[in-house]
Amino acid sequence: MSGVRVLVGTRKGAFILTSDGKRKQWDVTGPHFGGWEIYHFKASAADPNRFYASQSSSWFGQVIQRSNDGGKTWEAVGNKFAYDGVIGTHLWYDGTARPWEFARVWHLEPSLADPDTVYAGIQDAALFRSTDGGQTWQELPGLRQHKSASLWQPGAGGMCLHTILLDPSHPGRIFIAISAAGVFRSDDDGQTWRPMNRGLRSEQIPDPTAEVGHCVHRIAMHPSRPSVLFMQKHWDVMRSDDAGESWREVSGNLPTDFGFPIDVHAHEPETIYVVPIKSDSEHYLPEGKLRVYRSRTGGNEWEALTKGLPQRDCYVNVLRDAMAVDSLDPCGVYFGTTGGQVYASADAGNSWAPIVRDLPSVVSVEVQTLP
Amino acid sequence: MIRVVLPAHLRTLAHVAGELKLDVEGQATQRSVLDALEACYPMLRGTIRDQVTHQRRPFVRFFACEEDLSHELPDAPLPDAVAAGIEPFLVVGAMAGG
Repeated sequence: MSGVRVLVGTRKGAFILTSDGKRKQWDVTGPHFGGWEIYHFKASAADPNRFYASQSSSWFGQVIQRSNDGGKTWEAVGNKFAYDGVIGTHLWYDGTARPWEFARVWHLEPSLADPDTVYAGIQDAALFRSTDGGQTWQELPGLRQHKSASLWQPGAGGMCLHTILLDPSHPGRIFIAISAAGVFRSDDDGQTWRPMNRGLRSEQIPDPTAEVGHCVHRIAMHPSRPSVLFMQKHWDVMRSDDAGESWREVSGNLPTDFGFPIDVHAHEPETIYVVPIKSDSEHYLPEGKLRVYRSRTGGNEWEALTKGLPQRDCYVNVLRDAMAVDSLDPCGVYFGTTGGQVYASADAGNSWAPIVRDLPSVVSVEVQTLP
Repeated sequence: MIRVVLPAHLRTLAHVAGELKLDVEGQATQRSVLDALEACYPMLRGTIRDQVTHQRRPFVRFFACEEDLSHELPDAPLPDAVAAGIEPFLVVGAMAGG
C-alpha cells in the first residue's frame, strides 16, 4: 500500500513522520541530531532512501548529513563550502561593502535524476553543487559573478539563497531565490544567470521596481508546467506565466499578502496554497486564526481553509520551507509552525488534523510519496 | 599521548564516548592537537575551527589545567601536564545565557 513520509526540520532536531495512504495514523521518529538546527531535510526523487539534511548550530557550525537507508542511519559528509575565486563583497546593512562569508546551508535540493547530485543554497547567498553524494561541494560561481551581486543586501534573516527549483522539462534550467536580491534563472546548468524580477514592486527599497533587491520569500512550480511560477514575496503573491520573465500580482482577496510559504497542488497546477501572516513587523497570524488560503484559479480568488485548524488565540508563523504536498489522490498538504505543530490534510486542504503538536519550532517540511 | 575531552554534541557527531586519546606529532599545541583530532575524526572538521582560516569558532573554548587557553596562539605550547597526558585538553561549548 502506498504511503507518505514527512521530513521535518526543527530548531532542535529532525523528525520523520510516516503513514500509509490513508494518512490518519502516524508513526513519529526522532529527534535525529537532537539539539541542532535542521534548516532543511529532503529526499532524493531518484532514490527515495537517500536523504540529505542541513544540520547546524551557533556553536559548532555547519554539518551535512546523508542517509542511504531512509533515515535509519546517517553519515556526516562534506561541510566545506569555500567560495570560488575572488570572494568579492556585497552590501551590508549599513551600506558598507562586506566580503561574502559562509554562515549556513538553508536549502538542499537533490537532483531529479541522480541521487549523488545535490544543490545547496547558502548564506551568504551562493549556490553550491555536489556530485559525489555530498562529500565535496563546488560553487557555481556565475551567480555571484552577476554584475548586480555587489549590490545585494541581506534581509533581516541574513542574505540567504533559500529556494532552488530544478526545471524537469528543460535540462539545465534552474531558478533560485535570494533574500533580498530576488529571483535568478540559469538556462545553462548554473553557468550564467539573469535576474527574473520584472513586475515585482517592493516599497521597502529605494526603487520599488529595481531589477534586483526584492525580498522574495519563496517560489513554487508544478512539475507538469514549469513555465508557470508562483511567488510569495515579502508582501504580494505573484505569478509568472513565462518562466519568470515577468510577474503579475495575484493577491486578490487575501486578508494580507505577507507570508512565507507557497505551494502547488500535486494534480491541479492552478490550485495553490499560502498562509497569510499579519505583517512584516509582527510575523504572526492575523486575528489569532490559523488559516491556509487556497486558490483554484491560479491566484486572485482565494478561499480560507479552516476546518481542523485553531481559530482563536493562535499566533504562530509558518516559515518559507515549511509547507509541502504529497502526490496521492486526493492530494495531501502539510505544513509546520513555529509553535511546533505539523498539520496534515488528506483532502487537498478541505480539512486538517495535527500529526504532532509539540515539536520544537518547525523550520522545514518536505514530503515523500512512497510506492 | 594527549587526552582530549569533547562537548556532548561533538562526541555524538564523532560517534565516541568519553575521553579521547590522540597521538600528536611534534610539540603539543592547539594546532597540532586539532590537526590530529580532525585526522582521526574528519566529521569534526569545521565544527571547532574554520576549515579555511583555522580560526577557532567564536562559541568554542579551549580549557586545560583550570585555565582558559582560547586566546593563546595556535602554535603556543600547551601546558606540560597536557603534553604529558596528565591533564586533558578540554574543547568546550561556550555558555549560552537566556
